[in-house]
Amino acid sequence: MHNKVYEVSHEKVRETILNLKENEDFTLLLDVTATDYLNYPGHKAERFAVVYILRDSTFKNEVIIKTMVDDETLTLLTISDIYYAANWGEREVFDQYGIIFEGHPNLKRVLNHHQFVGHPLRKDYVITDGQICTETEDLMDEMRPLLKQKGYEEDEVMLLNVGPSHPATHGTIRNLLAMEGESIVAATTEIGYLHRGFEKACETHTYSQIIPYTDRLNYCSAILNNIGYCKSIEDMMDIEIPERAKFIRVIVGELSRIMDHAVCNAANCVDLGGLTNFWYIFNPRDEAYEVLSKLTGARLTNSYTRIGGLSYDLYDGFAEEVESVLRSTEKSIDDALSLIARNKIFLDRTQDVGIITEEFAISAGITGPNLRSTGSPRDMRQDKPYYHYDSFDFDVVVGSHGDVYDRMMVRFEEMIQSIRIIRQAIKQIPDGSIITDNRAVALPPKDQVYGSIEGMMNQFKLVFEGVKVPKGEYYSSTEAANGELGFYVVSDGSGTPHKVKCRPPCYYALGAYSKIIENTMLADAVVTMASMNFIAGEFDR
Amino acid sequence: MELKKEEDLSLGDSVLVTKLDTAVNWARSYSMWPMVFGTACCGIEFMSVAASKHDISRFGAEVVRFSPRQADLLVVAGTISYKQAPILKKIYDQMPEPKWVISMGACACSGGFYDNYTTVQGIDQIIPVDEYIAGCPPRPEAFFDSLIRIQEKSNRESILEKDRQHDRDFKGFLDA
Repeated sequence: MHNKVYEVSHEKVRETILNLKENEDFTLLLDVTATDYLNYPGHKAERFAVVYILRDSTFKNEVIIKTMVDDETLTLLTISDIYYAANWGEREVFDQYGIIFEGHPNLKRVLNHHQFVGHPLRKDYVITDGQICTETEDLMDEMRPLLKQKGYEEDEVMLLNVGPSHPATHGTIRNLLAMEGESIVAATTEIGYLHRGFEKACETHTYSQIIPYTDRLNYCSAILNNIGYCKSIEDMMDIEIPERAKFIRVIVGELSRIMDHAVCNAANCVDLGGLTNFWYIFNPRDEAYEVLSKLTGARLTNSYTRIGGLSYDLYDGFAEEVESVLRSTEKSIDDALSLIARNKIFLDRTQDVGIITEEFAISAGITGPNLRSTGSPRDMRQDKPYYHYDSFDFDVVVGSHGDVYDRMMVRFEEMIQSIRIIRQAIKQIPDGSIITDNRAVALPPKDQVYGSIEGMMNQFKLVFEGVKVPKGEYYSSTEAANGELGFYVVSDGSGTPHKVKCRPPCYYALGAYSKIIENTMLADAVVTMASMNFIAGEFDR
Repeated sequence: MELKKEEDLSLGDSVLVTKLDTAVNWARSYSMWPMVFGTACCGIEFMSVAASKHDISRFGAEVVRFSPRQADLLVVAGTISYKQAPILKKIYDQMPEPKWVISMGACACSGGFYDNYTTVQGIDQIIPVDEYIAGCPPRPEAFFDSLIRIQEKSNRESILEKDRQHDRDFKGFLDA
C-alpha cells in the first residue's frame, strides 16, 4: 500500500503545485519537508529533495510532490504566496536543512535559536552537538516590516512581549505585540522553546524505539500519537493488525481524545477566569488516568501500541471502569456547561472573538476541531475511514462562526460523540490476539524465546536490529485530537528510519495565530490562544 | 494604682515563646508559593497535582502564580532547550531570597532521553537545584514527596544566613 510520489523537476515545481491547487482542487498544503540523501544506499542524484504533501478539498486524496534541489544553489521558488501554510513550512525546511526559498517574505529560523550555526537535520550534523543560546532575540526584524505595512511608526505603538513564560502561552510560545491602547495592531509569534529534536532522534533509533518519543508529541493524548505513528509503519509494510487490536485502538484513542479536549476546555475556562470548571472537568480526567495506568503502566505517556498491534490486552473489569469514566465525563460536561452555556459574561467573552474563516483555515493548513468550528465538516475518521470508523454511528461536529465559542462547544460535543463511539466499540470488541503473528514485526511469545533457539534469535534480531521496513517513502495520517496528524517516513531498508517527519496539526494552526489576533483586543488574544489548543510538544517537536 | 498579683499578670496560653527562626520557618514552609516553569508533559502532570484529586493545597502550596517576584519555590516541569535556557535563568534571578528549586522529571534533571543538539542535559547546568524528581513524568505523589523535603529543608534555615552557600558558589554555563 504505497502512495504515489510524483517527482517534478525543480524548475517546474511551483507551476505544478499552482496547477494542482487551481485545477485539481488540492486546496490544503499539509506539509513541506526535505530529505537529505547523503549516505542513502544507491542514491546518486542531488543530495536534497524537498517534499510537498497536498490534500484535496474532500480530504479523501493526498498527493506527494517531490523535487530534487540543485546542489550548487540549494534554491527553490517559494509557494508561500499560494498557501499561507507554506510560510512556516518553508521556514522549517530552511532552519533544519538549509534550503533557500526564493521570494519567501521572511526566511529565518523557526525552531532553532538565532545563535545556532548549521542545519541539524542534515546527515553530517552530529546529533549531540548542542549550541548554547545566551540571549533571546528581539524579533524587531519581523515587527518593523509589519508596522510599516500597516502605516505605523515605531513610537506610535506600545510593544508588548507576551511569553514564553506567561500563563496564557503555557510556557513555550512567545508573542511580540504592537498595541494601540488595548488593540493589537500587529503581532508576531516565535516558537522553538520546546524543540527537542524528535526528528533527529528518530534517525538514531529503531522503529520500535521511536514509539516512546511519539508519546511526547501531543502529551495530552499520547495514545493517539502512538496509533498515528504505528499505523504509518504498518501501512508502509502492508501489515493488517488483528481485529481486536483495531477495536482497542479505537476505544483508548477516543478516550485520549476526550482527555485532550478536556484539558483544552478546562484550561480555556481558567484563562477566562472560571476556575470551577477546571475542577469539574479534571476529576473524570484523573479517573481516566487511573484506567490507563492500569492498562498501560503509565498515566500520561503510555507507549501503548506496538508495530503490528498493542503491548497489553485489556484487564478484567476494563469495560465497567471505562463506563464509569464515561458517566463521570458526561456529568462533568453537564456541570461545566450549566455554569457557562447561558452565562452572559462567558458569551460576551467568547462569541465573535478570534474568528477564523473557512477559507483562511484551509489556506493556513488548519485541520481538526479548529477547522470544523468554521463550518467545514472535514474529519479523517469519516472522510478517509480507518479501523471501521465508518461503521460506528457518530456525528461530525461543526460550528458556524469559527469563534472561540464555537471551538469550545465543538470540543465539548466531540467529547460526547467520542463517548458514543467507545460505547459501540466496547459492545462489538471481538476475541482474538492483540498483535500480529508476523514474526518479522512482532516479538515472539516468551515461551518460544526461552524454549527455542529460533525464538531467541527472533527476539534478539528484532530488538537489536529493529523491524526492517522496505525501502521507500510513505505518508500516512490519522485524525488526532488537534487535527490531521501525519507521518512521512523515508526508509532505506534497515531497522532504523532514514527520516521521519511528523506533520503536527497545531504547528500550522499556530503559524496562523498572529494573523487571527490582528485588530482584536489583548484579552481576546489570550482566550483565542487557549481555544486553539496549542501543544508545545507537538508544534516544536 | 495597686499592682495585681503575679498570677493575674500571666497571659495564660495566649503567648508562645519560641525562636525567631522557628516561627519564620514554620510560616514559610507551610505556605510555599510555587512558580511553575511548566514547559512540557510534566506541566500537564502538574495540573493533576493542583487539581482536586491530589490537591496541592493540602500542603499549603496552592498559590500558583506565574510571577517569579512573588514566588519562593521554582518548579521546573519539563524539558529545557538551549533556546529556553536564558529565560529560565532570568526567571530564577528575579525570584527573591530565600528560594528553592524543584527539578521535576527526567528532562529537567538530566535531559531525559533527549540526548541531542537542542536539549540542555539537566537544568543544574544553569541554576542550582534543591530537589530532583525521577519519572517521565513523575506521578503526583512523587511531587508531594519532594515538596515535603523542601519544607524540611526550609525548616533548617536561619534568617541570619543571607545567601545559601551552594547558591553563592554556583556557576552555570550562562553565568559569565
